[in-house]
Amino acid sequence: MEEKRNQIWALIITGLMILISVVYYSVNVFYMYVVAYIWFGFAYGMMLQYGRFCFASASRDLFAAGVPRMAVGVLVALMFFSLIQATLASTNMSTFHPAPFGIHTLIAGWIFGMGMVLAGGCASGSLYKIGEGNMTSFVAAFFGLCIGQAVFVDVKWFNFLIPQSWVDSAAAKVAGGFPPADKMTSSFDTYLAGYVWDKSSIQLSHTKTFSEALPGITKYFVADSLVNSIIPATILLVVIYYFFMRKGFIKKRAKQKGGQTGLGDHFAGVWNMITASKRTTIMGVIIGIVAGLHILVMKGLQLKFGVSNFGQILTRMDKAGDITLKAGEVSTKGTVFDPGYWYITSQEGQLGGWILEKFGWNMRDNIFFGVNNGLPEPWRNPALWMSIGIIFGAMVMARLSNEFKFKMPKGELWVWGLVGGILMGWGSRPSLGCNIGAFFIRIAGGDPSGWLYGTGMIAGAFIGVKFFNWWSERKMAKEMEAF
Amino acid sequence: MAMKFEKTGEGTYMLDVCGYVCPHPQIYCKKSLEKMNEGDVVEVILDNPSSVETISQMCDQVGHDVMDKKTEGGKIYMKIKKG
Repeated sequence: MEEKRNQIWALIITGLMILISVVYYSVNVFYMYVVAYIWFGFAYGMMLQYGRFCFASASRDLFAAGVPRMAVGVLVALMFFSLIQATLASTNMSTFHPAPFGIHTLIAGWIFGMGMVLAGGCASGSLYKIGEGNMTSFVAAFFGLCIGQAVFVDVKWFNFLIPQSWVDSAAAKVAGGFPPADKMTSSFDTYLAGYVWDKSSIQLSHTKTFSEALPGITKYFVADSLVNSIIPATILLVVIYYFFMRKGFIKKRAKQKGGQTGLGDHFAGVWNMITASKRTTIMGVIIGIVAGLHILVMKGLQLKFGVSNFGQILTRMDKAGDITLKAGEVSTKGTVFDPGYWYITSQEGQLGGWILEKFGWNMRDNIFFGVNNGLPEPWRNPALWMSIGIIFGAMVMARLSNEFKFKMPKGELWVWGLVGGILMGWGSRPSLGCNIGAFFIRIAGGDPSGWLYGTGMIAGAFIGVKFFNWWSERKMAKEMEAF
Repeated sequence: MAMKFEKTGEGTYMLDVCGYVCPHPQIYCKKSLEKMNEGDVVEVILDNPSSVETISQMCDQVGHDVMDKKTEGGKIYMKIKKG
């Protein structure tokens, strides 16, 4: 009975997504761009839920339970995705762009890492868990990633952290005409214009060393994929095996063999670790491939429509009289947030900004919304549809496996969800991305700043786990007073 | 909401972490097993599917035996014997 009901729900949700897609297509063919985001989001949601694929658990479960399942899954996904990224880059079909490199990425990752452990899921993990009916994740995503981020980019609260040199650098740019003076209102604006924009970005294949040594397309495979992704990921797999799996595996192996073990047993151990959770590892491979396919499709649509950003499509539709754009929906650059690949947090910040505007808050007087990303209505925000797709894709998968359960947060979970969500929101802005945009996508694209963010995330997760260990130990002691 | 860790008999325990999300179920499960003696059995009740995968692998690595696992009404019941 329960199974039947869940299957009906899965059909209803899928049907609803199909209906939305058909409506978009019938309204205007340009909305196929939005439809593509919806269905890639839907696919990500299904895969994330099936593989229990959460970047938070990659480091957290290692520290909390000594389980490398998710860390392995993420690293496998990274390797596959990097190969596809390299293929796309070599055929000029990649939408990837590296980010400014600096210590800010490490610090942001650290804040985000603590947040994801407290919230019980990373940015993408929180979305798929909402699809499972987990409202603690909703609290984290709504109050932290949506509202928290929007507030963060528009307030002056952090001016006390900003050195004079950033203020001067930002002022010089405003005097030069960009960014417009009326968009320089928040601490985050000064941070962006006075610090981040002065940093250079690195993509290994575009560095002098690699582009001179490897002319042609080889540089994408060697520099971006092999050097920046596959080799470090392989080293990490070996390190994880050494510290978390080796002892137990070799002990078992020695018992089975009744004697000595050698190097071959260690190789078997690494393989055993990779295949220990098949559903996670297989999903890692598929996610890597789908994420690459997503880039290909978005680039294809951009080429077909003759644009490089969905904001240009909206402007075109506005001029043709198909829609009426409000002031500020599209940024001063004529763009909206349209990464062209898997991304999570920025679009949620846009939703938060849109909601806060309904309460009279001017959200367009800053660089984040006003200059870089625009603030489109949610129904024509392509990346936001990807997030919605993730939630519904995960919901369908959870229903099909009878794992959907509506759970309101109670007691302490409200606090963890809120605090964790806000830390995630605030930790994703300074680095211009989260565990997906700043870590996964960047590493696979050949940008070493992704590893910097990842290092920060792991350090933050370690602190989060330490805190929860202390907290749970207290509660266990109380429970055990009775016996 | 509160987690419950109760002694239900000689060498048998019950850990109820329903309502909790990651990482709480796996942390409480690990800590419960640490407090038990070899051969003791704990029934873990949870409703966070992601934690099940982690708990299963943790048991496999450490040598605990997942004797039974079933899902009913969105709740997952795992019976684990400490190895």
